[in-house]
Amino acid sequence: MSNDRPGKVRMMQGNQACAEGAIAAGCRFFAGYPITPSSEIAENLSVMLPRLGGKFIQMEDEMAAMGAIIGAALTGQKSLTATSGPGFSLKQETKGYASMAEVPCVIVNVMRGGPSTGMPTLPAQMDVQQARWGAHGDRGVIALTAKSAQETYEQTIRAFNLAERYMTPVILLIDEITGHTTEKVIIPDASDIEIVHRKKPDKDPENYLPYRFTDDCIPTLAPFGTGYRYNVTGLCHNETGFPTNDSNEIQCLIERLTRKIEIYEDDIIRNNELMLEDAEIGVFAYGSVARTAQAAVRICREEGIKAGLLEPTVLWPFPTKAVLAMAQKVRAIVVPELNLGQMAREVSLASQCSVPVHKLGRVDGSPIPPQQLVEKIREVV
Amino acid sequence: MDRYDVRLSGSGGQGLILAGKILAEAAAIYDGHNAVQTQSYGPEARGGASKAEVVIKDGEIDYPKAMDLDLLLSLTQESCTKYSGDLKEDGIMIVDSEMVKDPPGGSFKLYSAPITSIAADKIGKVVVTNIVALGILSKIAGVVTEESMRKAILARVPKGTEEINMKAFDEGWKTGEELLAE
Repeated sequence: MSNDRPGKVRMMQGNQACAEGAIAAGCRFFAGYPITPSSEIAENLSVMLPRLGGKFIQMEDEMAAMGAIIGAALTGQKSLTATSGPGFSLKQETKGYASMAEVPCVIVNVMRGGPSTGMPTLPAQMDVQQARWGAHGDRGVIALTAKSAQETYEQTIRAFNLAERYMTPVILLIDEITGHTTEKVIIPDASDIEIVHRKKPDKDPENYLPYRFTDDCIPTLAPFGTGYRYNVTGLCHNETGFPTNDSNEIQCLIERLTRKIEIYEDDIIRNNELMLEDAEIGVFAYGSVARTAQAAVRICREEGIKAGLLEPTVLWPFPTKAVLAMAQKVRAIVVPELNLGQMAREVSLASQCSVPVHKLGRVDGSPIPPQQLVEKIREVV
Repeated sequence: MDRYDVRLSGSGGQGLILAGKILAEAAAIYDGHNAVQTQSYGPEARGGASKAEVVIKDGEIDYPKAMDLDLLLSLTQESCTKYSGDLKEDGIMIVDSEMVKDPPGGSFKLYSAPITSIAADKIGKVVVTNIVALGILSKIAGVVTEESMRKAILARVPKGTEEINMKAFDEGWKTGEELLAE
């Protein structure tokens, strides 16, 4: 990382960078239940939030924590919870509620190995499909990832901004390696950080409809306590927020929950590339494994193998266009990940089977060292 | 400098993760290199083989975990047996001579000293074993300056323990000098 960007340089763990990012984004409410390897996020915020007049609550369990941040978010607070695999499973139902009620909030999942309690202290990327499909029902989902402490800081801020802009829960998926890696983070001046706030109602309380259909597909939820009274429910509802059985209203609502993310995909999706322009072998890697891939691509290039890296920083919506563009240039794609092919499946779909997609899945709690990926690429060549 | 990979290994609870953070901060904040510190430990709060790793380099560090080790510190036999496989042929191994009775053979340089006993007997507190170890390894490795190590230790240790930690570092540094002279 270069030190020439303006800002204050500090050494911190990914989890601490997440807490710092949350504060910078304006988060003043955290509810959670401690779980390795995410606990340092709660630990740091338990000190930082009260100093800023914010609230930190350790709830009785993960479900209650998710409920608490939804409640706080409805009062206008930027709200966060942080957890790991088992806790993420528990939060799915209320995460779906937040999607349905269109409540902006941020859920950080520092991934460890599963299923069940699995490997509490060891890294994995086994929750990437759960982030998309873990809660029942059709809806658009935004999930970001990060491969370093610096990116964790920046992506936490972005998660809040996207949540506020699109009125939806946003998930940040990092893993044990990123969460527990201590490295330099450049904290910019507050004035250099872009902060997004949700829309405010432009009508008085008598003429206000919380879920009014608008061209931008995004509702305007007035913070509770500001004189606006409306109903919030997990049932299918109409523009007033009250439940409906009207088939037209239901069809419009559920289509809108998906469309409101789909139509903004180009604004939401961001990818990094490394030596992809003339690549013959494409590597698709995300989170901490992207660092393995950077090292492996450089080693391959030294050996004369034209490898290149496509690294999504947003996992959902999936970067279909970028994957298809890569598939049309390369001879094969390799997908290293700390699961048994969850994103390799998406890459195959997105590439429309135009090139072979090779999985490199590791699920023993160890990271993938660059040499293991280099060997896989050699094999494919 | 080129990539320099360090692994600090022992048993959970010996303070090796803190030692790793101090080494990384000395290199990155006070010496102006880049450094990354990672860790690996089991689900238990105490015991079990535990390790902290530090990669020091000028410029971007892609893969954050240690790969080919330039230096391995082992405070227990279990961790030495488990984590020594990646040591370079010309690498450095530093072990606690009373805990590691059977270090693996190889062409690397082996330095052994009763690190835990130095902390217990000369400083009077086993809890500073990690700082004694930092004194020894920073003297022997020579990749981080003495002044930066002292600053990094003082910035991390609890208030009121500065003196005892500096004493532990001095004792380690002195031991390192003796080992190099042998």
